[in-house]
Amino acid sequence: MKPEITQIWDWLDQVPDPEIPVISVVDLGIVRGVAWDGDTLEVALTPTYSGCPATSVISMDIETAMIDRGIEKTRIKTQISPPWTTDWLSDKGRAKLEDYGIAPPRTAGGPAHCPRCKSENLDRISQFGSTPCKAQWRCLDCLEPFDYFKCI
Amino acid sequence: MSAYSEFLLRMGDNTLILGHRVSEWCGHAPVIEEDIALANTALDLIGQTQMWLGLAAEVEGKGRTADDLAMLRDAWDFRNVLMVEKPNGDFGQTLMRQFLFDAFHLEMLKGLTTSSEPRVAEIAAKAVKEVQYHVERSGDTVIGLGDGTAESHARMQDALNFMWPYVGEMFASDDVDAEMLSTGIAPDLTQLRIAFDAHVGAVMADATLTIPDSTFAHKGGKSGFQHTEHLGHILTQMQWLQRAYPGASW
Ligand SMILES: [Zn+2]
Repeated sequence: MKPEITQIWDWLDQVPDPEIPVISVVDLGIVRGVAWDGDTLEVALTPTYSGCPATSVISMDIETAMIDRGIEKTRIKTQISPPWTTDWLSDKGRAKLEDYGIAPPRTAGGPAHCPRCKSENLDRISQFGSTPCKAQWRCLDCLEPFDYFKCI
Repeated sequence: MSAYSEFLLRMGDNTLILGHRVSEWCGHAPVIEEDIALANTALDLIGQTQMWLGLAAEVEGKGRTADDLAMLRDAWDFRNVLMVEKPNGDFGQTLMRQFLFDAFHLEMLKGLTTSSEPRVAEIAAKAVKEVQYHVERSGDTVIGLGDGTAESHARMQDALNFMWPYVGEMFASDDVDAEMLSTGIAPDLTQLRIAFDAHVGAVMADATLTIPDSTFAHKGGKSGFQHTEHLGHILTQMQWLQRAYPGASW
């Protein structure tokens, strides 16, 4: 018997992002569709940044997670349009990012406050960070550097 | 080869060769933030290459993949502009080349988002968001170094003088470009040049740098007629693994 699509979304929501493991691939907003094609599960994924090396790892992680749930055949379909945007991060994902110490993206183009001490006295170090989706900022009160999940 | 295929190779080979050049800085940049920024830029460019060369291989219809096009073609089959194969030089020269290419790339991708070919428009819509970040950073760095110390200013002026003769090729229209324009696949290069000149002019003014008063342009890269001697050296490094161990993967 084929599992319901809603059940599969729940399972996908337990697959962590390999680089920011506190959020799931569903929180990240990169799963664009789930459907059965005969006995094959088709998952449509969109890359965050085109060169993000995590993309192929995520595909593998999803296939493995589905095999663990008894789904033998999963086909990952890459879908680049419409392009991924940080607007697709879930509210749950945003809250988890902040708890983890990564400031969530904001349309204003910068973090609201330091994820550690909540100060608004901040300075941008670099628009590029440890992964393609992050920028480096620092807090001028607690003096700690932190990652900001940048808008795209 | 169709003009459309040629055009896709030009897009993909530009990002591939520049992505490879920029990746040469990994572990060597003057400060860690710059190292990370250059590595991320290189990654974006290589990612965009997968999309352009992937489509080029599909359009070609000979069963080749993006990897085959990147790793198994020789220098004369590459269609990148000469600018992107120039050696990195010092950090200033690398960033000057990056800014000049980014400023062209941004306008080209903006134009391609309304391409008559939906697949081209999709790739451009994805890539243009990344390139906005590239050009913002390379432009800021050119200004910071140009309007910096006497030493950094002199090096940036040298870099601009050195790179300027490679700007013209990006905008020099040939038969392929004419067909892309008439079929609505790609934008008009003369219009792109107007936007490019305005953008580059403003940045160079802020950087206190003088744009050379010359329209001379080295050409031959995007037509494949004559690359510089540097391309072959890039390919020997980039392709040696696939050449030495055909079909190797991990
Ligand atoms: Zn703080």
